[in-house]
Amino acid sequence: MRAVMDVLPYLVAAWVFLAGCYGLATSRNLIHAVGCLSVCQVGTYVLLLSVGYRDGATAPVFSDVKPGSRPVVDPVVQALTLTDVVVGATVTALLLALVIQVAKRHGTLDPDELSELRG
Amino acid sequence: MTRRARLWVLLAGGAGLAALLVAACLRLPHFGGKSHPYGDRAVHASLARQTANTISSVNFDQRAFDTLGEMTILFSAVLGCVILLRQTHDEHRARPEPAEVAPPVRRYALVVLPVALLSGLYVIAHGQLSPGGGFQGGVVAATALHLLYLGADYAALERIRPVGAYEVADALAASGYLVMGIAGLIGGTAFLANTLLPYGTFNTLSSGGTVPLLNAAIGMEVAGAVVVLLARFLDQAVEIEEESGT
Amino acid sequence: MADAVIVVALLLVAGCATAAVATRDPMRQALVLSLLGVVLAVLFTVLQAPDAGLSQLAVGSALTPLLLMLTVRKVKRRAQGKERER
Repeated sequence: MRAVMDVLPYLVAAWVFLAGCYGLATSRNLIHAVGCLSVCQVGTYVLLLSVGYRDGATAPVFSDVKPGSRPVVDPVVQALTLTDVVVGATVTALLLALVIQVAKRHGTLDPDELSELRG
Repeated sequence: MTRRARLWVLLAGGAGLAALLVAACLRLPHFGGKSHPYGDRAVHASLARQTANTISSVNFDQRAFDTLGEMTILFSAVLGCVILLRQTHDEHRARPEPAEVAPPVRRYALVVLPVALLSGLYVIAHGQLSPGGGFQGGVVAATALHLLYLGADYAALERIRPVGAYEVADALAASGYLVMGIAGLIGGTAFLANTLLPYGTFNTLSSGGTVPLLNAAIGMEVAGAVVVLLARFLDQAVEIEEESGT
Repeated sequence: MADAVIVVALLLVAGCATAAVATRDPMRQALVLSLLGVVLAVLFTVLQAPDAGLSQLAVGSALTPLLLMLTVRKVKRRAQGKERER
């Protein structure tokens, strides 16, 4: 059980990332593809936070914990995750704006039809 | 290439990547292990500068330059959306008809709106003390404003939300962050160095030197960005229509 | 005990992510993604990352699905407009 627990979070991160990639490559609709890209991002968050976890530790916030009284988890990876969650959402918005433009210009959202149009 | 051939290429590549990822996972430090050299040093530095929330200290003090980069991505993504979603000359605006909202939904939205807005601002203001900060609070406050779309209607939302003002606020917050950085360069030692202000008393609102100020700038930036983004997408989804015959 | 909660949260995240990829209709996918956002916020909290959990809750369960739905609506409305012209 312990051996499984040692690597399970990393494997889940890899699974989520690969599932997102699969959806991205087989998608028939650009909006669905953008959704799959955000699933890929989720994989990176799970990996980052798993690397920073420490058994029996508490959150690295000292407003109600006396400093040094308990071990805390790694704050650096959490800071990376939290900025990326918000910045990632605005990048998703930019991609969706591009999708709206594609729909306006070409009248379709299927990547296969789009590449046929290109000729 | 046919769809079928493409699927095979994808599966081959995916299997290779999966094998590499699993091999890498098996060699990573074990989940929940004791050794976190960067984390321990970050906690130590944060406590030395009287910042109770270590994560805010990492974001706005130890890695403030990195956050400047993140903020630039955010700002340029919003700029790109505004340009892509502007009204072109072959489109016109159609007033949406006032929609009927069930009275319980309306009352609920109007009661929750001030509570959500206030908790967003609280989360921003206490970023250096408790979990939260500019990034999270900004999103909460900005999405809270849009409860008005449920509670009243689109016209009411447009009246209290002059998009131009939020665009200006967004730009001001971004330049405010830069100005704080340059102030560190002139008055202290280095760009964005947290040496200008006294560190204050641990666990009070004014602790942490420049952390609360940079945090507030990011809060304003994120809130402005989200309001502008949602406004542009709502415009496209509800109001802007293409001229017929084009 | 903590380990058991982490395992359950991890499996929920993996399941929701798979479901989000497998849902081909963008409108339904937006709903599954907002569920994924909530489950992920729970996982972050269990991993002692309340800050990241808070931002994930605000962004993942509200903002991203809302943007996706608005895009779907825009594209559908466009298609309907073209339909009527014909």
